Amino acid sequence: MASHLGGLSGAPVVRVESLVRSFGPRTILDGLSLDIEKGEFVALLGRSGSGKSTLLRALADLDDKVSGSGRLETPDKKSVVFQDARLLPWKRVLENVVLGLDLPEAAERGRVALEEVGLSGRENAWPVELSGGEQQRVALARSLVRDPELLLADEPFGALDALTRRRMHDLLRQLCARHQPAVLLVTHDVDEAVTLADRVLVLDNGAIAADIAIDIPTPRDHGDRRFGEIRSQLLRHLGVETKPVLPV
Amino acid sequence: MNAFSNTAAVAAAFPAASDERLLIPPAVEPRKTGTRRLALGRTIPFGALIGPVLLLVIWSIGSIAGLIDPRTLPAPWSVVGTAIDLIAEGKLQHHLMTSTWRAAQGLVFGILIGTILALISGLSRLGEAIIDGPVQIKRAIPTLALIPLLMLWFGIGEGMKVTTIALAVLIPIYIQTHSSLRSIDSRYVELAQTLRMGYGEFIRQVILPGALPGFFLGLRFAVTYAWLSLVVVEQVNATSGIGYMIDLARNYGQTDIIIVGLVVYASLGLASDGIVRFFQERSLSWRRTLAD
Repeated sequence: MASHLGGLSGAPVVRVESLVRSFGPRTILDGLSLDIEKGEFVALLGRSGSGKSTLLRALADLDDKVSGSGRLETPDKKSVVFQDARLLPWKRVLENVVLGLDLPEAAERGRVALEEVGLSGRENAWPVELSGGEQQRVALARSLVRDPELLLADEPFGALDALTRRRMHDLLRQLCARHQPAVLLVTHDVDEAVTLADRVLVLDNGAIAADIAIDIPTPRDHGDRRFGEIRSQLLRHLGVETKPVLPV
Repeated sequence: MNAFSNTAAVAAAFPAASDERLLIPPAVEPRKTGTRRLALGRTIPFGALIGPVLLLVIWSIGSIAGLIDPRTLPAPWSVVGTAIDLIAEGKLQHHLMTSTWRAAQGLVFGILIGTILALISGLSRLGEAIIDGPVQIKRAIPTLALIPLLMLWFGIGEGMKVTTIALAVLIPIYIQTHSSLRSIDSRYVELAQTLRMGYGEFIRQVILPGALPGFFLGLRFAVTYAWLSLVVVEQVNATSGIGYMIDLARNYGQTDIIIVGLVVYASLGLASDGIVRFFQERSLSWRRTLAD
């Protein structure tokens, strides 16, 4: 697993070696190894049940009840964006953003983060008063206000409608360009992976089945020929054949 | 614009869909009459007063017409007269103060103990093993059945009365707070973990606000139980308080004083429930429920 983007230097931010995780007799991750470089955006694809979430939860230290072995190195400064925005309903928007942030300038930083995600002026709203997309933007602000070296995102846009999702892609790309965290984005959407990531991994049977660097300049166009090639390549790895539909 | 090109692409890919949209009839047809509405309709202004006022009217008419024997139930105006006399003599205030002070003490101790027990039992397996069983056993014994034992232990003074009330109050506070706390979504616990919250902060930011709806529900039961227990302890053995006033009036057949006492109890119950609901609505303003 040493053949990713050659241009990046320094020690990787995430280092996973021979990671095994199992639930009872079922082995979910079977000797998985993975490095993520500083500032690298990695998307993780895989069929449901392939262990995507298990890997993400292992990296997020959320799997203390799961048995397993292997070596895992992650930075201290990491944050997680879940599929649901997971805002505390009894805290106002700004309080949710700075939750657990023990800094004197926390409120100010929270306001700046909300401005970055385009939610200035909604500081005092309750989470129930926001739309699904707005809630997810608050969750992004909550992650970024902590200046993470690693951002873990578990299908963060899965519950959003297609238009909102496109807007969130643009926003996430801008935010990542500015803050430069390493990102691991778990998704089942091949186009989303190819649009956003520097590198796309396909997880199959608990190990990495494909590791593809995306060499298309950003912003990326779904209609681009190279985009189409990578998409078909990834779909093949996911076990989906993409034959052109011929008229009978 | 990305959004625009996306819409265009969708329309191009599904030409049938955009055609179909034109076939949908405009939604301006008048509503058919006779459709059954499932909602209750508009609220009646001051609707809550209609029932009680109606009762009062029947009571007054019965008294004027001589259908109700004043020894069974004196007329409303003679009850009011008795109340004015009692206030003028300073008796009603004195008894009311004593009763309120007892109920308040019992409530404060009951709420504190109930909440603390709920937190210990809700937040630790060992705590639950130790606390939950005894509380459930206590819950199965009616508080009022404990009065003889409490009289032997604490005598017949204020201690026994406050203890009885506190014991009645702590049960609903414990049950509701504990159940609400345990049903806090585990996703929030996960979130707290990823945000690296300390234990104290986790309790303050997640557990306590999350258990608040249950606490308030328990509190509304608790206030009712407090007055209920108060009535009984004051009638069992007391030398002051509304319950004592009623018990004394029973000895002399003073129905009017009994009615005054009952009206005072009713007002206390309603007023305290109103106060709890006021704070409940203010503290839980983040919720959007069926009631909103």
